[in-house]
Amino acid sequence: MNHDDYPDAYIRSILDEVKTIAVVGASANRVRPSYFVLTYLLSKGYDAIPVNPGRAGKPIAGAMTYASMADIDRPIDMVDIFRNSEAAAGVVHEALELDPLPKVIWMQLGVRNDEAAALAEAAGVRVVMDRCPKIEYARLCGEIGWAGVSSGVISSRKPAMREGYQRFGIAAGRRD
Amino acid sequence: MSDNKPGFSTLAIHAGASADPATGARATPIYQTTSFVFDDVDQAAALFGLQAFGNIYTRITNPTTAVLEERIASLEGGTAGLAVASGHAAQLGVLHTLMQPGDEFIASNKLYGGSINQFNHSFKNFGWNVVWADTDDPASFEAAVTERTRAIFVESLANPGGIVTDLEAISKMAKKAGVPLIVDNTMATPYLCRPIEHGADIVVHSLTKFIGGHGNSMGGMIVDGGSFDWTASGRYPMLSEPRPEYQGIVIHETFGNFGFAIACRVLGLRDLGAALSPFNAFLILTGVETLPLRMAKHCENALAVAEWLNGHKAVEWVRYAGLKDDPYHELANKYVPKGAGAVFTFGLKGGYEAGVKAVSSVNLFSHLANIGDTRSLIIHPASTTHRQLTDEQKSAAGAGPEVVRLSIGLEDVDDIIADLDQALAG
Repeated sequence: MNHDDYPDAYIRSILDEVKTIAVVGASANRVRPSYFVLTYLLSKGYDAIPVNPGRAGKPIAGAMTYASMADIDRPIDMVDIFRNSEAAAGVVHEALELDPLPKVIWMQLGVRNDEAAALAEAAGVRVVMDRCPKIEYARLCGEIGWAGVSSGVISSRKPAMREGYQRFGIAAGRRD
Repeated sequence: MSDNKPGFSTLAIHAGASADPATGARATPIYQTTSFVFDDVDQAAALFGLQAFGNIYTRITNPTTAVLEERIASLEGGTAGLAVASGHAAQLGVLHTLMQPGDEFIASNKLYGGSINQFNHSFKNFGWNVVWADTDDPASFEAAVTERTRAIFVESLANPGGIVTDLEAISKMAKKAGVPLIVDNTMATPYLCRPIEHGADIVVHSLTKFIGGHGNSMGGMIVDGGSFDWTASGRYPMLSEPRPEYQGIVIHETFGNFGFAIACRVLGLRDLGAALSPFNAFLILTGVETLPLRMAKHCENALAVAEWLNGHKAVEWVRYAGLKDDPYHELANKYVPKGAGAVFTFGLKGGYEAGVKAVSSVNLFSHLANIGDTRSLIIHPASTTHRQLTDEQKSAAGAGPEVVRLSIGLEDVDDIIADLDQALAG
């Protein structure tokens, strides 16, 4: 995978497929970006699981926090890393010890570790770096346009609406 | 289609506008509403806390206006847009986000007269101090830099016309000073020039002009280029410091490369209040769909009129960068290769009196203070838009007593020339 420029179809297929997401480095502080992402993923129906040793056993935004990914009691589809680029390597090593393996390792905006990414890809795990799943989801479903942000998506189709007034989703199998 | 980059005309019609999710309406509906019902208190809290995307109140966001914002951001190659009530409101919004009292910004001395007034007087009242530099001398921008400089402001094609700014040279000065380059791209529109590709960090527009294009709606736009590091220098606390308005959110860290547009919206527009009407957004959007066709025709007509005036016996000079012997022709070939716009000036041998006579004698041209209409427009800046300036400022801005400004419309060019011919006769 070329990690400088991901096709929309690649990002869309990942966000369409994964259900369980471990958010490593999730903060309980309501103004931290990791809290924003966690609550957004939960609102979109993902089983987002905060991982933060300092917070283990207590919920963040209603989701129970685990000390490590290995402690989580269900298979993890995607690991979302809120650590710096250097520390991301350790998280990737830890993720590659999981059984079953996660399908996707995602490093947040500003986080990129090409060596760790190569390791994960060699194990058959798809990798996204220097992106935010909240921004990507909002971009591909159209919600981000409400904030005047350029989505880069051109479509004459109906956005996929979820329950409520202002909630869009990513339609399964849709190709624009 | 998603992985191919759509062309400019496709973006001008489609960017930001999928079918209406509620009704299937294909044209963007006018959401003429002040406010939006919450699903529940949790969603309301997430919206107020900036944790979710969505609409609360039309002063801050509106779905019709949002389509216009995404459309223009996309055409400019920026990350995000913010529509406001006018071009002046866009300038206010940008500098409100960048400046603290006592700070300075450097502005080109060749600007729309209204901007010169806004900077010299209203902004000084906020303690935002303008320092003027010479558009034709990029080094004069560098010479004006101090510890308090927070931005550089220029127009791509400068009003009242004929001047092409060397954006790349001035961008180099901005980067050296560690401040963003703000470019007013009103006269060129992104069809003729995309300043972000030449080093601009922020683009502003009066949508009232060519982008709306029909002389029916005021509007302004801020486009975030997504390129500037707002955190590195610590000079932009609205972006890099925890904001008490939102329980301590740090805007740049949270919103990344579209953080500037978000700051202008949630800290600026929210509190300053110069929101665009959704109805105006709809009219301007309708105009944007034909922007490429209109700009091509505006430029074609303008060049024909400029060439005709250039040979007229009552005309002392014509300043249109599309003319081959014009001093800005080389810069025009670089920055606006598809055409030098449709607004330009010419000087009458008869001076101030001849200028007044010309604007009083036209029949097809409208004598009014605007540019970028389907209709051809004429004005004598020295007696109108630039009259508040000193004689020295008038001349520096290209608005001396003999100067007449035209904004060439989309009528048949023979009719445009015939009207000027009779107005300049005798």
